[in-house]
Amino acid sequence: MSEPVLEVRGLSVDYGYGDDAVHAVVDCDLTLRRGQVLGLAGESGSGKTTTAMAAIRLLRSPGVITAGQVLFHPRPGSPQGRARPVDLLEADEEELRSLRWSEISVVLQSALNALHPVIRIGAQFDDLLQAHRPSLSPGQRLERAAELLEMVGMSGDRLGCYPHQLSGGMRQRVMIAMALALEPQVMILDEPTTALDVVTQREILEELMGLRDRLGFAALFITHDLSLLVELADEIAVMYAGRLVERAPAASLFRAPRLPYTYGLLHCFPPMHGARSSMEGIPGSPPNLRELPSGCSFHPRCAWAMPICRQKTPRLRDLNGSGRAVACWLHSGEVAVPAELARAEL
Amino acid sequence: MRAAAATARPAVPAQVPVLEARELTRYFWLRQGRGLLPRRSPVHAVEGVSLRLCAGRVTALVGESGSGKTTVARLLARIIRPDSGQVLLDGRPAPSGRPRAYAAQVQMVFQDPFASLNPVHRIRHHLARPLQIHHLAKGNVDAAVEDLLRRVALEPPADFSAKFPDELSGGQRQRVAIARALAVQPRALIADEPVSMLDVSIRLGVLNLLAGLRERERLAILYVTHDLASARYLADTIVVMYAGQLVETAPSTSLTDSPQHPYTQLLVSAAPDPDRVRPPALRARGAPPSLLAPPSGCRFHPRCPHVMEICRSTPPPNVSVAPGHSAACWLHVAPAQRRVSGKPSVPKER
Repeated sequence: MSEPVLEVRGLSVDYGYGDDAVHAVVDCDLTLRRGQVLGLAGESGSGKTTTAMAAIRLLRSPGVITAGQVLFHPRPGSPQGRARPVDLLEADEEELRSLRWSEISVVLQSALNALHPVIRIGAQFDDLLQAHRPSLSPGQRLERAAELLEMVGMSGDRLGCYPHQLSGGMRQRVMIAMALALEPQVMILDEPTTALDVVTQREILEELMGLRDRLGFAALFITHDLSLLVELADEIAVMYAGRLVERAPAASLFRAPRLPYTYGLLHCFPPMHGARSSMEGIPGSPPNLRELPSGCSFHPRCAWAMPICRQKTPRLRDLNGSGRAVACWLHSGEVAVPAELARAEL
Repeated sequence: MRAAAATARPAVPAQVPVLEARELTRYFWLRQGRGLLPRRSPVHAVEGVSLRLCAGRVTALVGESGSGKTTVARLLARIIRPDSGQVLLDGRPAPSGRPRAYAAQVQMVFQDPFASLNPVHRIRHHLARPLQIHHLAKGNVDAAVEDLLRRVALEPPADFSAKFPDELSGGQRQRVAIARALAVQPRALIADEPVSMLDVSIRLGVLNLLAGLRERERLAILYVTHDLASARYLADTIVVMYAGQLVETAPSTSLTDSPQHPYTQLLVSAAPDPDRVRPPALRARGAPPSLLAPPSGCRFHPRCPHVMEICRSTPPPNVSVAPGHSAACWLHVAPAQRRVSGKPSVPKER
């Protein structure tokens, strides 16, 4: 296993202050390793995007980071010459500026909102390169911009277009090309293909994975589509109501989920093959973060809920030696694990 | 509630369809250019679409955004008029206008339950209005409203009927929207992307509700979606649209297991599938064409990996490849019978 490049430790985020605060993320631990794709899955409101935005300090008011550490490990022998990890939550503006985009870049869900609507694509690339690579001449910047577009499968003459002249897929490709412009080590992809059609989605994901193999960046891929993530990610972390509830290698998570919620979520995607059978989904609906159930927030929807689930919140703990972690009382060792949640790993 | 999504049913419906579309065509006219004499050109939104909705069956209409799915749904609900073609209700042409009698037979459920309910009215109001307008609540409106809520599994109904839409989750709102459609006792239900705005964990609940309505109330349901996997789960028949035209119609499992049209093959290969061992090889690239100037011949030909000379010039006929399974593709026409037809007609503005 490669060494970590971004470590999130004990991150907690509130929206608002005092008694009215909504705990959007509670005690979240994540480790992104070099060259790895880490999938962050969960339903809307589970805190996926908040976690990622807090980790790079892009959280908007009234979001407040209340606890935690986010360690970024610079490349060994990097030009910045940092040897020690940087805590992004402690870093000053100057330090953040030097890391954002050049080391950690973000691709947002809505490319139409992320691109400036009345400035040509070429000028937007030029701005970016001028700010971060002042040594390049205008000619070199243009050349680099065209090269980046070609990298994501677009022709260089699209630099003269305005965002509205491009299709949704092309706009998202432009966003990816921009995010890659400074060869970052970490890319945060927040639902990058959710608004796109399946065929375009597949094309962009293929390109993205090809680029990952070539350039070796690590990616934090946020999506609600667990079935997509299973195909794409090396490791998957599942969030529910602001907490990280299961973390496992993608294949093991799919074949042998350990958590009732993950088990239910995997059964929310009808299969494309085989006999059709009736599926149930998960009863109830995701909780309101203002009125979280006591104990484990999933217990009202859980088929295996026990008395302790209503009283105490389970913590994420490692399952012995399997490289995975789960927050569930069923795995505390005191009760027999239901057969559905105890399938053999592969 | 257990849904019988998987029960085997006969491949070909024998009865007269409740609702039928025959060669529906609809253009939207766009103004292009500026000045005194702007050009007006047609967007070929829907062309020559025929489909049948039968009692007790779900038909899924699948396609990418911009393929004309919603336009077909709105044509069937008679929210908009076709430029040519007919909508038949019980085999008879639908009346002109949108009389209440038609609305009482064909109801629609919209995509966004956050927008389709009025935020200033209680749920009771939403369900009582159609009952009053159609003179259906004889005597006790409250009892009728509670019965509707029970039919969409919102229990206890008395609690829900006093709530405002913002007190409900997305899935519950969509259930209210379905209950409102059921209020007039329709025979056909047109559901336009009813679950795409909902959280993944509650989508199946709404799909199972639709499956239950098909069984219990013998509704003819059109399920419009972009998600092939959910169409396979819920529907008996899947109809695939591309760039305003139907490309393939088949029983749902045959469509996903052995797609016959190259576009359907592309859709199936691109759909997320965790069971897949290695990433799929996409057979075609590119994006759907502009409907202002659709390609000549088959509209898929610029992206098709099997494109032939005839595909560029002549639209393909609809060919039956198996019982109940047809595809509009020249590949399924014997080479000797591939004939170039006359020029396609040019739309005229009304």
